[in-house]
Amino acid sequence: MKDITFGQYFPAKSFVHSLNASVKILLTIAFIVAVFLVNQYYFLGFALCFLFILITTAFAKIPFTKLLSSVRAVVFIVVFSAVLQVFFNKTGKVVFSWRFIKITDAGVYTAIYITVRILLIVIGASLLTYTTSPVEIADGLEFLLYPLKVIRFPVHEFALIMSIALRFIPTLMNETGRIIKAQKARGADFESGNIFKRAKALIPVLIPLLISAFRRADELADAMDARCYAGSKKRTKYKKATFSFRDAIGFITLGGLIAGVVLLNGFFGVIV
Amino acid sequence: MRYSCKNFVFLIYYLYSQIANAFDEKGGLMALIELKNVSFSYDKKTDAIKNLSLSIERGEKVAVIGHNGSGKSTLAKLFNALIKPDGGSVIVDGFSSDKKEDLFEIRKRVGVVFQNPENQLVASIVEDDVAFGPENLGIEREEIGKRIDFALKSVDMEDFRFRSPERLSGGQKQRIAIAGVLALKPEVLVLDEATSMLDPKGRKEILGIAEKLNREQGTTIINITHYIEEIVGYKKIFLLKDGELVFCGTPEETFKKVDLIESCGLILPRATQIANKLKRNGIPLPDGILTEERLLVELCKLK
Ligand SMILES: Nc1ncnc2c1ncn2[C@@H]1O[C@H](COP(=O)(O)OP(=O)(O)OP(=O)(O)O)[C@@H](O)[C@H]1O
Ligand SMILES: [Mg+2]
Repeated sequence: MKDITFGQYFPAKSFVHSLNASVKILLTIAFIVAVFLVNQYYFLGFALCFLFILITTAFAKIPFTKLLSSVRAVVFIVVFSAVLQVFFNKTGKVVFSWRFIKITDAGVYTAIYITVRILLIVIGASLLTYTTSPVEIADGLEFLLYPLKVIRFPVHEFALIMSIALRFIPTLMNETGRIIKAQKARGADFESGNIFKRAKALIPVLIPLLISAFRRADELADAMDARCYAGSKKRTKYKKATFSFRDAIGFITLGGLIAGVVLLNGFFGVIV
Repeated sequence: MRYSCKNFVFLIYYLYSQIANAFDEKGGLMALIELKNVSFSYDKKTDAIKNLSLSIERGEKVAVIGHNGSGKSTLAKLFNALIKPDGGSVIVDGFSSDKKEDLFEIRKRVGVVFQNPENQLVASIVEDDVAFGPENLGIEREEIGKRIDFALKSVDMEDFRFRSPERLSGGQKQRIAIAGVLALKPEVLVLDEATSMLDPKGRKEILGIAEKLNREQGTTIINITHYIEEIVGYKKIFLLKDGELVFCGTPEETFKKVDLIESCGLILPRATQIANKLKRNGIPLPDGILTEERLLVELCKLK
């Protein structure tokens, strides 16, 4: 519960950190597209994506162990979806069978495929949050969503809500941990029983959490008002995002990655 | 020539209006914060503040004490126009919290630091958080940078500028909250039980910062607290009970009102308690002993 390294900004002075946040958001989306473009069975495309991650990490001056810790947050989902594939995919040749369990080659392939895909996406997204502070991400989003102003979408407010949400995630996580401990001390049991029983046991955690979140929101609103918050009208920005030549390099590199993935897909499509 | 003449007339008029602003209708010099017959109710049934009048001068160091629910936080919110009085008026530096266009003039002048530091920080990086106030005022970038320098220096947290508040201690978080308020360059700093969630060391540090701001910048300090020993050395003490101002005076005068303080649900400092007990047992000690040092000196004077 305590170790929520996913999404925590890792300040450093690096090429990747200095990229424009809007550009980085676009690049992250492009990266996810690239990962999705990789054709099933042709893992070289994944290797290319992974290489891209490694190089970016090196350029961002982020320790490689950070990548592992971002993966830790999604281990459960990954294992769950892989197991689902292995045991319930009935297409392809049966390579192992014991009583009613039949494992097929297609199932195993798909499991690996999905695992790698999720891991790459998570690592790619966490690279964004490692190298971009929440305020920058919010500003980047605000910039990207700016066209929506035409249809009266409250772009500034939306960006502010995002950055406050990011700011309070660790706080509320800690709080959840505290409440769980407090309820355990009162004899609450979170570990036994079937899934419904356990879900029900969470109610005494969620209600105090909700109440405290509302109280926090109230106090935060007061504190923001006290600091002269009045919407986006007159507001200036301390950190003004600028575009530079580096951003172009970012685009070119990622364009290269997508082209590479597509080429590899086509290349093997011809041979095999 | 005609232009400069016009300018001159304008200048005189401006000076006149500024001076006139500083006086109230009766011609008395107006205090920085002036509350007149203020009442406020959250639910329109019971009054959280009842017919309260007080004034606070520029550069003063005052304290507001009262038990839980006596209306201290409500008063703090009235001071910087977070809430409007139902009756009476709140005037800050000539601006009235009843007028919509004056709201931000008041909030700029009166900075409030609340009890829980966690719920006052809006950003995930210290400098971004401190920048929030100046950004709201529409101040230019370079100036905001300077204000961050100044604010973080005032609370002695320059080294934490690029850190995340999440990893700081409670006292450090509270210092960042103070810096966030100081970046607005307020004339008044209101601490609404800003030390109550901190350990004794953290409390001392925060109070020390307020002390220094008062001394060096001339910032008016309003310390709202239920730690009665904190009021030693303050100019004026306001004692609140159930939304009413029951007493106003110097710390020495306040501590003489033993029964009143106890009826307000507050606890006297230990030195005062001991002195009072000794007096009751016939030992001739003077009134208004607040600190252990003073008690020791007075005891040594006895034969
Ligand atoms: N948001 C609110 N809605 C309704 N009633 C409120 C609200 N906030 C405070 N009150 C009531 O107003 C009265 C004064 O509350 P206030 O918070 O000003 O007291 P306080 O002196 O700051 O107390 P504490 O020492 O606990 O901080 C209390 O009776 C309280 O119940
Ligand atoms: Mg209070």
